[in-house]
Amino acid sequence: MLETVLFFALALLAVTAAIGMIVHRSPVYSVLMLIITLFSIAGFYVLLNAPFVAAVHMIVYAGAIIVLFLFVVMLLDLRHESDRFTLTKFSRVLAFIAFLVFLGEAILLVKVAFIDGGLDIGLGGQVSQLGDTPSIGKLLFTAYLLPFEIASVLLLVAIIGAVILAKQNLKPSQ
Amino acid sequence: MNGFEFDWIAIAPFLILSVLGFAVVVLGISFPKMYRGTLGTIVLVGFAVAFLASLQSWDDARLAFGGMITADKFSSAFSCIFILGATLTIGLSINQVEEKYLLYSDYFALVVFATAGMTLMASGTNLLTLFLGLETLSIALYVLAGFRRSNEFALEASFKYFLLGAFASGFLLYGIALIYGITGSTDLTKISAYVSSEGILGSKMFFAGFLLLLVGFGFKISVFPFHLWAPDVYQGAPTPISAFMATGSKAAGFAALMRFMIAMQSTTQSGWQDIIWVIAAATMILGNVIALRQSNVKRMLAYSSIAHAGYILIGVLAGNTIGSSGIIFYLLTYTFMNIGAFGVISYLSTAEHEFITLSDFRGLASSRPFAAIAMAAFMFSLAGIPPLAGFMAKFYLFSAGVKAGYVWLVIIAVVTSMISLYYYLGLVVQMFMRDKEADVAATAPLQPAVMIAISIAMLAILILGIFPSRWVSLFQDLARSLM
Repeated sequence: MLETVLFFALALLAVTAAIGMIVHRSPVYSVLMLIITLFSIAGFYVLLNAPFVAAVHMIVYAGAIIVLFLFVVMLLDLRHESDRFTLTKFSRVLAFIAFLVFLGEAILLVKVAFIDGGLDIGLGGQVSQLGDTPSIGKLLFTAYLLPFEIASVLLLVAIIGAVILAKQNLKPSQ
Repeated sequence: MNGFEFDWIAIAPFLILSVLGFAVVVLGISFPKMYRGTLGTIVLVGFAVAFLASLQSWDDARLAFGGMITADKFSSAFSCIFILGATLTIGLSINQVEEKYLLYSDYFALVVFATAGMTLMASGTNLLTLFLGLETLSIALYVLAGFRRSNEFALEASFKYFLLGAFASGFLLYGIALIYGITGSTDLTKISAYVSSEGILGSKMFFAGFLLLLVGFGFKISVFPFHLWAPDVYQGAPTPISAFMATGSKAAGFAALMRFMIAMQSTTQSGWQDIIWVIAAATMILGNVIALRQSNVKRMLAYSSIAHAGYILIGVLAGNTIGSSGIIFYLLTYTFMNIGAFGVISYLSTAEHEFITLSDFRGLASSRPFAAIAMAAFMFSLAGIPPLAGFMAKFYLFSAGVKAGYVWLVIIAVVTSMISLYYYLGLVVQMFMRDKEADVAATAPLQPAVMIAISIAMLAILILGIFPSRWVSLFQDLARSLM
């Protein structure tokens, strides 16, 4: 019962914030609305018994990506940009086509979920066992230890690269 | 977890190169005034150690980390090709011109890290390790491409490469996710088992994942229609890095593609041959025809490298022993001749004047005979004229294609390589048969490290061209062990 109530509350929040994000003329508010949407989606993951995915979702999307968005929006000084956000006729047509496509997808999803009784993709009961944090941690430090460690080299390379590109002085200090 | 233990030898090349890269970064920070020759020497010594380490697994195939890594003849040969390519790249980079732009310790470190990523792409037998290797390579290359930050072409190159590369990685990951969804594993042996029981077309979702993976790899090896980045990026990147991208990065892409394709092959009827056929034909035609119209030598080499990727795809398509050994022989010779050709450009360029238009090369034979002869040798080899290695390499690949029954594709390949003669020899004609207009070339200073690198490349294409049989029989052992 509580689950259903929570689900609908989160769903309402997610959809409202998503609409708010599109409708709002100021980019900063749009980004903030997007954060609310992403947080409520993280809530869905919690309801689905996948707290790890929820945490990753919040850290990666709400944390890293959105902060980046906000920085870009603020650094670019988009105060007057709101005038440019009016749609041209062509982009209106495109938006309508995209709307139809997504509507079709949504209808298909509802049909599969409620009329065909769900889609079996052969994972069966595995998902509910794999989703929790301890088992992910166990896998990460046993079977997937090597990729996990390689990722650290990858991140190091990315950091070095970012520092090089951001460096002001191009010549070695001599 | 069964089969899980730390097999250091299996990932030794990657480990050594990662440690080396880290050491270079730390050295660069601790001794900012260190002479770049010293740092270069340290890197070269590290490469030598990594080279020996990758030879270890030639006779001693092993599966490590629960199938994440396979160290065998294949990974050993490819790692050696990557390290050779990287060594020559470092050799080219220790010159006066690049110094103007480069923070060389970081530059060296990124080349080393990129090579580490490549070794992972050759030894990974799990889509996860392949992907991580590819990303390590790509991220290092995005930065290297934009290293001459004051140059607008470099900025364009870096940005274009990054954006398109990020999309390609996205496609690759999406493909991996779909394949994982269907087969329940990212392990290539398990995927291969699935393919042999169900076939590639057995499930639409699997086929979609397969196509997405092809897009991701196709971008890395720059084949039609994912080649658009190559000319701009090669033009804007520092010349040694263009060489590195055209050889090492491409070879790594092919290594990963071959690992993947071998896993896909264990099926009687598969649907991918036609796709590769079309891609190979289009790549060869497009690369060679557009190269005809280039007046910028770096762009011309970029289109030529696209065309060469098309030739190599014939080997992938043939899928037989000669094909696989032919690919590796081709990539080895291609590494030498292409790095050599870029090397000559780097050798002749000065800080003020990049030596890249066709008219720059006019009358070079009289003013810089060494450079002219070297460039001519590389051009003849790229065009596939005996006795240079390029001829033998093409010969093996094309005969593999004929043997597998792809006669029309080989005819297209032969015709397009005849077309390619026009632009390769055009450059030679410029150097030897035209008089030079102005005295621009004479100003470039002598650069011993670059000269040595070019000489090694020249020697290598001669040896590989005149005595290919020893190498080919080695690579055929390798190919047999794969099948």
